[in-house]
Amino acid sequence: MEPLLKVENLRIELKTRAGVAPVIDDLSFELGQGESISFVGESGCGKSMTALAIMGLLPEGIGRVASGRILFGGEDLTAASDRRLRDIRGNEISMIFQEPMTSLNPVYTVGEQIAEVLRAHQGLGQRAAWTMAAELLDAVRIPNPGRRIDDYPFQMSGGQRQRVMIAIALACKPKILIADEPTTALDVTVQAQIFDLLRDLRAQTGTSIIMITHDMGAVAEMAERMIVMYAGRKVEEGPVADVIAHARHPYTHGLISCVPHIVANLTEEREELTEVPGIVPGLGEFGQDMCLFSARCPRVTEKCRSARPPEAMLGGSQVSACWHAEEV
Amino acid sequence: MHLLRTTAIRLFYAVILLMAVLLLNFTMMHLAPGDVADTIAQSMGGADEKVLARIRADYGLDQPFLVQLARYMGGVLSFDLGYSYYHNAPVTQLILQRLPATLLLVFTAQILALILGVILGVISARRPNGILSHFVTFFALFGYSAPVFWTGILLLIAFSLKIQWFPVSGMRDVTIVGGFWTHALDIARHMVLPTLTLSSIFLALYSRLSRATMMETLGSDYVRTAKAKGLTQRQVIYKHALKNALSPVITLAGLQFSAVVSGAVLVETVFAWPGLGTLAFESILVRDTPTILGILFFSALMVIIGNLLTDFALRLVDPRLRARA
Repeated sequence: MEPLLKVENLRIELKTRAGVAPVIDDLSFELGQGESISFVGESGCGKSMTALAIMGLLPEGIGRVASGRILFGGEDLTAASDRRLRDIRGNEISMIFQEPMTSLNPVYTVGEQIAEVLRAHQGLGQRAAWTMAAELLDAVRIPNPGRRIDDYPFQMSGGQRQRVMIAIALACKPKILIADEPTTALDVTVQAQIFDLLRDLRAQTGTSIIMITHDMGAVAEMAERMIVMYAGRKVEEGPVADVIAHARHPYTHGLISCVPHIVANLTEEREELTEVPGIVPGLGEFGQDMCLFSARCPRVTEKCRSARPPEAMLGGSQVSACWHAEEV
Repeated sequence: MHLLRTTAIRLFYAVILLMAVLLLNFTMMHLAPGDVADTIAQSMGGADEKVLARIRADYGLDQPFLVQLARYMGGVLSFDLGYSYYHNAPVTQLILQRLPATLLLVFTAQILALILGVILGVISARRPNGILSHFVTFFALFGYSAPVFWTGILLLIAFSLKIQWFPVSGMRDVTIVGGFWTHALDIARHMVLPTLTLSSIFLALYSRLSRATMMETLGSDYVRTAKAKGLTQRQVIYKHALKNALSPVITLAGLQFSAVVSGAVLVETVFAWPGLGTLAFESILVRDTPTILGILFFSALMVIIGNLLTDFALRLVDPRLRARA
């Protein structure tokens, strides 16, 4: 069966002062109906750019799709008209963002901000949209929705605002929901609630989810498959359980060993917490014909610095772009 | 209830402020050398000390400062702003006669500058490096740096003398006979040049500021959300971005209100517009103290009313202010 979303050899270029940098360099992946995948990687690896490209919301005049295709149900979104993209956005593909505190418009009620998207895409009238908005608030578990619908964003907490964002995103029952670090700005307890909510809503609606995060715990909880990004390139892809059990790329390995494990017995000797030394290269370094992780990699050899490693299938389910994937 | 209380408190402050303005104005006028007695003596072709002293005694100008002040303040509290010996009429009546013309000019100019400024600002914010944006910047700088009377004279030469589209001066053509609409149209024709002149300075300010605030809001997270909802360009800009960008512009417009009132003095003088500005100009020339004080009082009143209006407009735009009330 044709996958719901198929990204082929996507290359996104960003204009910088130093020149044009490929923030996404030859990225391909697929997302099936009802599937949930997770994009993992440090900040500045191109995760959010991928999301914005799918939404057709790359920063105007700065970022552009240089080559490749984004096929949504067989239709190439990179070639679609503005009008068609508007029809899809918020309707068939919607997105929630990292910053719930600033993502809602401060001068309109949350009810209006939910109802608006229903009016735009579902052709609902003022009253029907408002009734539906209240139902949606209830669905994202905001208590007393009939009263809260008249609230302005500043009258709500960060967690509630993110729930409103989720209500907006799911209002038109989209086929794909892109969640760009939806819980990064929230308290840990609230994070868990938001993940619970997203999981439940997904079970109810069958929406496919693309989850962008650098929280390995969230990945394990939310996604079936994960894609690890580094410096604009996919370095590893595979089923979450397989990747966590046996990472096939030194970068993935590093990311996983960064996650602290809470040990029941505090007096017990704990494993040392590790870090991935160094930082993500600057945009100017992107796109070179070499393994961009080589500067930070413990297994680096001469070959890594002279040629970009191809994506290789390992063990039937995992893909790794590393010259030494077999040894990792 | 909240709103009522805040309004009451604000009005109370407004009255206190007005009294302070009165006190200050009266003191300053008193400290300045020369008074109406000099002018009267002058128009009589000169007078000696004895005559001057008699004139001063007639008008109560020989009384101690505090007595004069108390008399004046007492009068103001009963809406009596004194008597203009030069115009031979009560000051209140004099001012009320001239006030509508000034209000008409000031409000039209302010509203025109606001609307046009915001529109130009929004358009140039959408393409910050486009030709139109540069044109607006140039035009704004020009309008802001050119003295308002000079702009006025320039417009007069261009559109009244060279191309005779608009009348040279005044507010109405006395030879015109007709109904309400004929007169309204006549006044509108007279208003075009003074209004353009007066709004030119403020247009510059408002367009620059709204360009800046629009650019900021267009880059905000909630505008990205609006785009992600699949709203049209127009909805994103005019519904989601503009309403947020308006607050600073409204605040500035409120602050500029005093400048509009003082700018009106110059513009009215250039165009012989029969408003408070020309009255102020004449009165200053002849040292007609009661009239000058009365006009200053009304200017202060207009500025205070302008500030109150600003406050309400801000509340209308920003729900966070409403909640704090």
